[in-house]
Amino acid sequence: MTDLPGLPSRRSFLKATAAGAALSGLAVSAKARTAEPPVPLDQYQPEFFTPAEWTFVLAATARLIPSEGDGPGALEARVPVFIDREMMGGYGAAADWYMEGPHQPDADPFRGWQTPLTPAEVYRGAIPVFDAWCQQTHGGAFAELDAAKQDAALTALQKGEVALDPTLKDFFSILLQNTKEGYFADPMYGGNHGMQAWTFIGFPGARANFKEWVPRYNVEYPLGPVSIKGERA
Amino acid sequence: MARQEKKKDVVIVGLGWTGSIIGMELAQEGLEIVALERGHDQDTVPNFQYPQMIDELKYGVRLGMMQKPRQSTLTIRRNLEESALPYRSLGSFLPGNGVGGAGTHWNGLNWRPMLAEYKLRSHVEQNWGAGIIPEDMQLMDYPVTYEELEPHFARFERVAGISGNAGNINGQIIEGGNPFEAPRSSDYPMPAMPSTYDGAKFAEAAKSLGLHPFARPGGIASTSYVNEYGMQMGPCNHCGFCERYGCYQYSKSSPQTAILDALRKKPNFSYRTGAEVLRVEMAEDGKTATGVTYYDEAAQEEVFQPADLVILAAYQLHNVHLMLLSGIGQPYDPRTGQGVTGKNYAYQMNGGYTLFYENEVFNPFIGTGANGFSIDDYGIGQIDFGTEGFIGGSYISSGQSNGQPIRSMPLPAGTPAWGQGWKDGIKKWYGHSMSIGSHGSHMAYRNNYLDLDPTYKDRHGRPLMRMTFNWHDNEVRMTQFMREKIRPIAEALKPDSMQDAFKKQGQMYDVRPYQTTHNTGGAIMSETPDQGAVNKFSQAWDKHNVFVMGAGNFVQNTQYNPTGLVGGLAYHTAQAIRTQYLSNPRPLV
Repeated sequence: MTDLPGLPSRRSFLKATAAGAALSGLAVSAKARTAEPPVPLDQYQPEFFTPAEWTFVLAATARLIPSEGDGPGALEARVPVFIDREMMGGYGAAADWYMEGPHQPDADPFRGWQTPLTPAEVYRGAIPVFDAWCQQTHGGAFAELDAAKQDAALTALQKGEVALDPTLKDFFSILLQNTKEGYFADPMYGGNHGMQAWTFIGFPGARANFKEWVPRYNVEYPLGPVSIKGERA
Repeated sequence: MARQEKKKDVVIVGLGWTGSIIGMELAQEGLEIVALERGHDQDTVPNFQYPQMIDELKYGVRLGMMQKPRQSTLTIRRNLEESALPYRSLGSFLPGNGVGGAGTHWNGLNWRPMLAEYKLRSHVEQNWGAGIIPEDMQLMDYPVTYEELEPHFARFERVAGISGNAGNINGQIIEGGNPFEAPRSSDYPMPAMPSTYDGAKFAEAAKSLGLHPFARPGGIASTSYVNEYGMQMGPCNHCGFCERYGCYQYSKSSPQTAILDALRKKPNFSYRTGAEVLRVEMAEDGKTATGVTYYDEAAQEEVFQPADLVILAAYQLHNVHLMLLSGIGQPYDPRTGQGVTGKNYAYQMNGGYTLFYENEVFNPFIGTGANGFSIDDYGIGQIDFGTEGFIGGSYISSGQSNGQPIRSMPLPAGTPAWGQGWKDGIKKWYGHSMSIGSHGSHMAYRNNYLDLDPTYKDRHGRPLMRMTFNWHDNEVRMTQFMREKIRPIAEALKPDSMQDAFKKQGQMYDVRPYQTTHNTGGAIMSETPDQGAVNKFSQAWDKHNVFVMGAGNFVQNTQYNPTGLVGGLAYHTAQAIRTQYLSNPRPLV
């Protein structure tokens, strides 16, 4: 069963609660339990992405980290919200990067980011090109395709088989990187909702205090994660 | 026209490890000193506090503590024919920013070079003859000996608060330490840190094969500690946020924990942040500097700071850039081999194995930057270069430093990078692997060097520095040798599966993945002025009141992390200035 986008994964939530209670005896934080449910992703008003872009980001991240099986998918973790916020911030604007010309966007990839475009501009430029390629190749925009065709389209994009202008060539790699960032970053950035991704793999988040655990070899650490703002899961 | 500040005895460019050390030592002479720091001020409180510092996205991924390429970067090419392109976003190496510099965000690994590394050219010539030296390798001896540096290594280890177990005190080999280390006059100031499971497994396997594992030494406090400046450290709690982060609990050695609060109390020392030095100004005689011109971020104007003594204590890359911009030393030309500034840029040759265990648990988030055990059995002094066909060596270690999941997610080869396979993979393998790493030397070559870029400019209109760098066969042979030597250790550890990543012949330098921030050379020390930019006291050969600190002085890179040698050389220079230069300013060699 796939949980509804925008709502915490009921399955993961129950699992995390049981694990936390059984292993540590700690009460699940009241704050985590009573937090207002966030706006569902299909009603979320993106700050950066246009409606068409948002539709793509929802659909693409849902294939990069699918909801099936154990653990949250990108949608349960609210990865698209994270990416939308990152586009509005310093990363999206390449605020820290050296962006002076001349540019050589078709340089060997080993030579790093060489497009004149910012990450936000790469998303903006690449999504319509990729959607048009999907239309031509698979008969529909990316979000309209079935899962198998979406995976085939993303694989083609990853392999460089979708003809993108050299200035857009890093699109797949930043999309995938940003998706994983949104899955695993502290929840205050909008993704990793309810710290589900941390709970899923067993990363304790911001606990950052393990002195007595150093000599306990080959024993699984029992405590669930905490966030920078003090939430527990 | 530049505003002019009141003259000082000493101006220090950059307030990281070496700037703090020189500042403290010269402040004790009563000199009037100002340090100019390009970045912001930062301290344990408020900048590194829990829990704000425990933020992988902000610091680990978006690199919040690092230099912003928009403010300062360089261009890179792999050979003389290629057009250099800007290092627009950080990848391969991460220069720091702000007070404390790289000494704030490092992992804390602290070493003295092996005995053979000080006089490496002589070591090679005496044992195998110059014939084994590749034609384009610019192999050199340091103009300073281990015996001269030993007290300064010991001093830096005491100031910085290094934890470790000595392996050789005055020639006596001590069980549990590194038996291959150069003889030390005293033990480390703190005992070694305890290791996590991976390091302990590695040590046991290495020992079973007749190798000599020892706890990896580092600037991570194993106990409470107070140094000679009255600075205090508290024992580390293995939080797993060392490299790329400031330490939230005064456990990682840094200028902040070891020097700066004591230095701020000196009335004759002051520092200014948001002060980016643009060039060193020269006297008309061309033999001395008159001070530096910097850009005052707050006032948005250039300022001239006159001083009798100029200490370049910025990161290696920035020191060399300033020298090239200011005419300190003749720029190196790879076509003729003439010139000194920018010569012998070197890096580090690393590789490693990852071992997967479905049914063992490593809790990878429990770690420190200097965790675990190492062996030096394949160190540079232990290898028969003539037989093996390369010049170099490596130390080999295991000890997890962090389990931050955006960046630290080793998966078995063949695991998809996304989709259901990736998701299943992270669930199955997170916390179920360990690694063994090789940290190897890097020699200097005719065509690996630094000069000024002809095309790209920084925000002040200055030419960016240009790095020309590529891997060489000698280092690839060295790292492939290590691959063969580590394999039996990895096999003895009986993982379910394992994989390795070592550079191969012909591999080109890739600026994207993080490799190491051990950039060295460009301001190398030498016996004679035609071979290097500074003498054995890190004093510019052609400007006797300019001293250039840091890893730029390395004639080629050692097999170790550079900070121990950087700290030892800084105290060596401080002593020379205090005891020889101040009473009679002149070229000391």
